[in-house]
Amino acid sequence: MAEKAQRVGLFVTCLVDLIRPSVGFAAVKLLEQAGCRVEVPRAQTCCGQPAYNSGDRADTRAIAEQVIDAFAGFDYVVAPSGSCASMIKKHYPGLFADDPLLRAKAEDLAERTFELVSFLTDVLGVEVVESSFSGAVTYHDSCSGLRELGVEAQPRKLLNNLPGVEIREMEESNVCCGFGGTFCVKYPDISNKMVTNKADFVAASGAGTLLAGDLGCLMNMAGKLQRQGAAVRVRHVAEVLADMADGPAIGEPDPGSEQNKSGSAA
Amino acid sequence: MQSSSPAFKDNARAALADQTLQKALKNVKSGFIGKRAKARERLPEFDDLRDAARDIKNHTLANLDFYLERYEEKVQASGGQVHWAATAEEARAEILKICRDVDAKVVTKGKSMISEEIALNQHLEGAGLEVVETDLGEYIIQLRKEVPSHIIAPAVHLTKDQIEADFRHHHDKLPAERPLSEPVQLVAEARQMLRQRYLDADVGITGANFLVAETGTSIIVTNEGNGDLTQTLPKVHIVIASLEKVVPNLEDATTILRVLARSATGQEFSAYTTFSTGPRRPEDPDGPEQYHVILLDNGRSQMLGSEFQDMLRCIRCGACMNHCPVYHSVGGHAYGWVYPGPMGAVLTPSLIGVDEAGHLPNASTFCGRCEAVCPMRIPLPRMMRHWREREFERHLSPKAVRFGLAAWAFFARRPQLYHRLMGVKMRLLAAFGRNQGRFNALPFAGGWTKHRDFPAPEGKTFQQLWAERQRGGPAS
Repeated sequence: MAEKAQRVGLFVTCLVDLIRPSVGFAAVKLLEQAGCRVEVPRAQTCCGQPAYNSGDRADTRAIAEQVIDAFAGFDYVVAPSGSCASMIKKHYPGLFADDPLLRAKAEDLAERTFELVSFLTDVLGVEVVESSFSGAVTYHDSCSGLRELGVEAQPRKLLNNLPGVEIREMEESNVCCGFGGTFCVKYPDISNKMVTNKADFVAASGAGTLLAGDLGCLMNMAGKLQRQGAAVRVRHVAEVLADMADGPAIGEPDPGSEQNKSGSAA
Repeated sequence: MQSSSPAFKDNARAALADQTLQKALKNVKSGFIGKRAKARERLPEFDDLRDAARDIKNHTLANLDFYLERYEEKVQASGGQVHWAATAEEARAEILKICRDVDAKVVTKGKSMISEEIALNQHLEGAGLEVVETDLGEYIIQLRKEVPSHIIAPAVHLTKDQIEADFRHHHDKLPAERPLSEPVQLVAEARQMLRQRYLDADVGITGANFLVAETGTSIIVTNEGNGDLTQTLPKVHIVIASLEKVVPNLEDATTILRVLARSATGQEFSAYTTFSTGPRRPEDPDGPEQYHVILLDNGRSQMLGSEFQDMLRCIRCGACMNHCPVYHSVGGHAYGWVYPGPMGAVLTPSLIGVDEAGHLPNASTFCGRCEAVCPMRIPLPRMMRHWREREFERHLSPKAVRFGLAAWAFFARRPQLYHRLMGVKMRLLAAFGRNQGRFNALPFAGGWTKHRDFPAPEGKTFQQLWAERQRGGPAS
């Protein structure tokens, strides 16, 4: 046991911050349960991938410097996203090839940065979490987490150790869902083909719930499944692991909202 | 070859709507991925071999001038000739001259992507020569007047039924009732049609998988044996190869051969691996009287020393496109030039310009599957990103994209402003979306909502809720 609690800076990610804050609170809960002291620097917005993947190096560097400053001094930096964690861990240092001081800072940050589930398992050694979730789930491996950070067995291990959960693997779980950040709006027809394949495999798995570790992919897949009228619920894996999967799934109406309470929902 | 890469989006849409093509493309997934995975499992040192292969090519590229000159000396010493061609035009002219010098009428060809790159067939046919493709896939697409859609499986965009129909149409001297629905029957018929052509040919043209500096040898790998007949029977053998095909010695070539077929088709080794060194010697039972090598640059020397140098390690196995979900969706023709898939997305802008081929490095989700399987460990996504950087620097990316990005970056670089603005925006969006939980149409998000719903935000942002929690407020 560490003598004092690890001080963890939560990199919320822009999508969790804006669209689904409950994923952020699930991450906080999991980290606090594992004995961490969690702080959330306010000077964070996004990891910079939209600029980075559009060829805009200058804005990417500026945003990276902002993240480096905001997360200075934490023992660890944890993100509920393989894609954003990988951006910091695998791509930030290369942005500062011409600046030894910033490069050293970027490398230091890279070493301290982890994707949420792999941090819990690989760094903190968590093997079991408590969750009352019950049902069959299927897990989509998001690309960056899988291929850049090696996140594959870790979420499955924690899910498998939940008594109420049955994992039903889908075909091609490690193939891209077609999100790809700006790709899905730049090449919507190709993206649609890819997410349609994914939705077919999800449906064929027979699982009632689709889980993954990246909100971008989850929004893409949920959006497609719902457009098709599929009954599959879509959630971030942290929601299930933190036993916070009682609220509406991604894209589902909030039964607690005023309009829906009064029964006027069309 | 004329490119249709600027029309990539239209090409892709047409490909997605083409049900026959979509059916054929399913074979790419089922035919290649599992076989490569099994071949890899059977060879525990496979990943070490990839490292070794990468190192061999890196060493060669760092000393390319040395090895090319050594190669040329050895070819000459074995009685062959090397013709350096800086451009496609020079290569075409040199090949035509060699053909004319022997008064050639018929030219047979083994599979060669360089031939596609320099549009050789059109050039020779324009000069009155008859050109016969002998690789089965190339033979099929030559009948159809098409270009390859894949670098090792040129006709992978076609179904068996389409090929049967083509054969019945073009081989109209054969009995109409012959059975032709099985692949083995198609292969036998192509073989029968080609047999006499090998004997008729005055010149045989092949590509090269490797050029060996130590010995002046060119190596081809095939599964049909057509390359051997093409290069052994005619009076003249012309090898066309780009300059990065050179490796220092035979041991290096065989090291890379060990990853080539496994990555390409999942075979341990291709059925034929043929080494050619110079023309026929007096004691040889057969072989050509003349042996020529056309060594093509066509833009590659510009890649040396640039951020695209790693691309010159490529050995054209096709593993990147075999594993690419974008390639699986649209096929090879949509890319609009010779080289499709991830390797094409990097190479094509290098060879024909990023202003012409700008879509190609953008049409990727950066899923990274190509890099994960590349036997030469080429960082394909990283190089696609470099192309995007070049486009951004040169203001080639679409105005709307640049404007949107600039507006987003302005706020992303100002956290206080960002949180205030986004807090308001998300609450509004949440209020409108709460009933349904999602939107099926949204202004400025048509690309998204055309095909899928957009989930409504929960309401307050995480930062707002976190601040409330810190103050002991309503959020827990």
